[in-house]
Amino acid sequence: MRRRLLPAPVTAAVAALALLLAGCSGGDGRGTDADGVIRLSFQSLAWQKESVDANKRLVREWNAAHPDIQVDYVQGSWDNVHDQLLTSFEGGEAPDIIHDASDDLADFAYGGYLADLRTLLPDRLAEDIPQQSWSTTTFGDGVYGVPFLQEPKVLIANKKILESSGVRIPTPDKPWSWPEFRQITGKLTKKGTYGVAWPLKEPVSVTLNLGLSSGGQLFHRGADGKVTIRFDEGDRVMPGTVQDQVVSDRSAARPSLGMGGSDTLPGFFGGKYAMVPLGFSYRQQVVEQAPEGFEWTVLPAPAGSGGLAQGVSPQTLSVAEDSPHKKEAVRFIDFLLRPANMVRLAKGDWMLPTGTEALADPALHATENGWATGTALARALRPAPAQSVRGYPEWKDKVATPALQEYYSGAIDTEELKKRLVEDGNRVLARYQR
Amino acid sequence: MSLRTSRTARAGQYAALLCYLVFLAFPFLWLISTAFKPARELGSLHPTWIPEDPTLDNFRQAFDEQPLLRAAANSLTAALCAALIAVVIATPMAYVMARHRGRLSTAATGWVVVSQAFPFVLVIIPLFLVLKHLHLINSLWGLILVYVVWSLPFALWMLAGYVRAVPPELEEAAAVDGAGRVRILVSVTAPLLAPGIVATALFAFITAWNEFFFALVLLKAPEKQTLPVVLTHFLGAEGVADLGPLAAAAFLATLPSLVLFAVIQKRITGGLTAGAVKS
Repeated sequence: MRRRLLPAPVTAAVAALALLLAGCSGGDGRGTDADGVIRLSFQSLAWQKESVDANKRLVREWNAAHPDIQVDYVQGSWDNVHDQLLTSFEGGEAPDIIHDASDDLADFAYGGYLADLRTLLPDRLAEDIPQQSWSTTTFGDGVYGVPFLQEPKVLIANKKILESSGVRIPTPDKPWSWPEFRQITGKLTKKGTYGVAWPLKEPVSVTLNLGLSSGGQLFHRGADGKVTIRFDEGDRVMPGTVQDQVVSDRSAARPSLGMGGSDTLPGFFGGKYAMVPLGFSYRQQVVEQAPEGFEWTVLPAPAGSGGLAQGVSPQTLSVAEDSPHKKEAVRFIDFLLRPANMVRLAKGDWMLPTGTEALADPALHATENGWATGTALARALRPAPAQSVRGYPEWKDKVATPALQEYYSGAIDTEELKKRLVEDGNRVLARYQR
Repeated sequence: MSLRTSRTARAGQYAALLCYLVFLAFPFLWLISTAFKPARELGSLHPTWIPEDPTLDNFRQAFDEQPLLRAAANSLTAALCAALIAVVIATPMAYVMARHRGRLSTAATGWVVVSQAFPFVLVIIPLFLVLKHLHLINSLWGLILVYVVWSLPFALWMLAGYVRAVPPELEEAAAVDGAGRVRILVSVTAPLLAPGIVATALFAFITAWNEFFFALVLLKAPEKQTLPVVLTHFLGAEGVADLGPLAAAAFLATLPSLVLFAVIQKRITGGLTAGAVKS
């Protein structure tokens, strides 16, 4: 007689579990209620109160006007969004409408998780958003997201220090050149005050994005589609200026090199720094936290041979490939991004809309809080270099971040920086392009 | 050693202890200070420990913007259930592991050690798929199941140590007096293990209370989200934070753990020292 390996209750429990596993795999989850109402989930990453309120109000308006297509607002967060989405995609439980940033989309687009929107987008929306913005969400032949909010880097400046120094105040029409910027930060540097504080805790994207203004590109795609790294004259200008300010001129605060953007604000409010290069949306923090009577202004970042060009990774709205209601999801996106609604979202996030019509809204051209300066920069915004280059994250973490940190602090010179970025960098990229 | 030297040494010990306590308490005290500061003081170049113009606005804003109470209730349910279930399962298993040494016991210990080495991201996708098939995505019970499985190995390891600290002679004496196996376990061993069980439950509770990633991935519906997930809603892209409300909410989130520690501190201390000295 064979010995029973497991007692009967355990065997029964295992069998029940196996049946449950087998039986539960056929759940429909097709996003349609029993009464035929289509249900879409919209995962938003909005986090500032005005922005969350604007998103929720728009969802309510949509739901009221479309009883047959109801949208459920799901609050996501920027922290860990990539891992969270990846798991949801793999598990077939992704939200129908996905809010993210364009530099996070490449893996999802190439992985087949996102719907190609080319045939789904209405002409109005497709034509309203400029081609350079669409190129941030175009991977291969497909378009995998609608770019809708973006922010340039601007110089947020202490108005009193700037005006009392007598330096020329730059405008988007007549910005400072990089050499002029260096000269001016020298003039603004007095006892207890630095001309500028560069928050370069994460130095790579700032360097690449602002590098475009002097024609720097670093990543070059060949005719065979392969990307290589070159460090040309244009690539030297922005990092060279910063190193000169920190090391030679001492017009940039060295401790700020290890700071994030928010970390520089107390020093800025305390008059320790005359200017801080920050994202456009940081104005909200300035408005909230600046001491009573503190006067500040928004200036365009310096320009070079590339004019005011700089790289951005816009916020995007995508549709999951698994969604059974892609058309309806795109209809909702179209509603959310109507010009008037795009303005509401932009104001809620203190950012710029990508849509041409929304950008023309008078509310975004007010001089108050620097809106007009930012809006004037919109046409110069380009896709962030390398956001669709495979191997970029590894290059960024293993090669570029340490090399740039050492360079900005003066530990290595330009030739050594070039050597590391190019030689080590190309070795990394080659592994991804075999 | 002279009396004077002894006093000097004692003073030095207390000074070192004080420094250590200050070091440990600094983040928490700073969190409290930040929670009561108005926005303008948060951006001050000369921050102060005591807010110059203390305000409850951050708490009001935090409660106004996020469903903190609901999230705290979810966290509490998940953490309490996970702790309770983990202890109920781990106690008899730990007893067997500690008292019946053999290949199986050694293998189990090895498994415990290895299972602690897996990073969350490695297991999350298979786990997600399994829970999806069991219809436990978006369910607190699914999350509790994960927390139990996740805390079980360490709970087991911890409790096995406590069991080993209970002299087997006590059980043998009870057996000689005529007590059966169950009676011995319930009346003799279990009371001696109580401090260990409490400490283990606390460990499981805090692990579950603070856990973020599983909760983020497994719970989609806003009404199911736990406190750590809701706290991240005060964070924007690239580390930008709504600092005041975040500090206020984070301060509130630490309170249950602190209260729990305060209530059962004596039992934990007893548990940690149990068996330290051979009787």
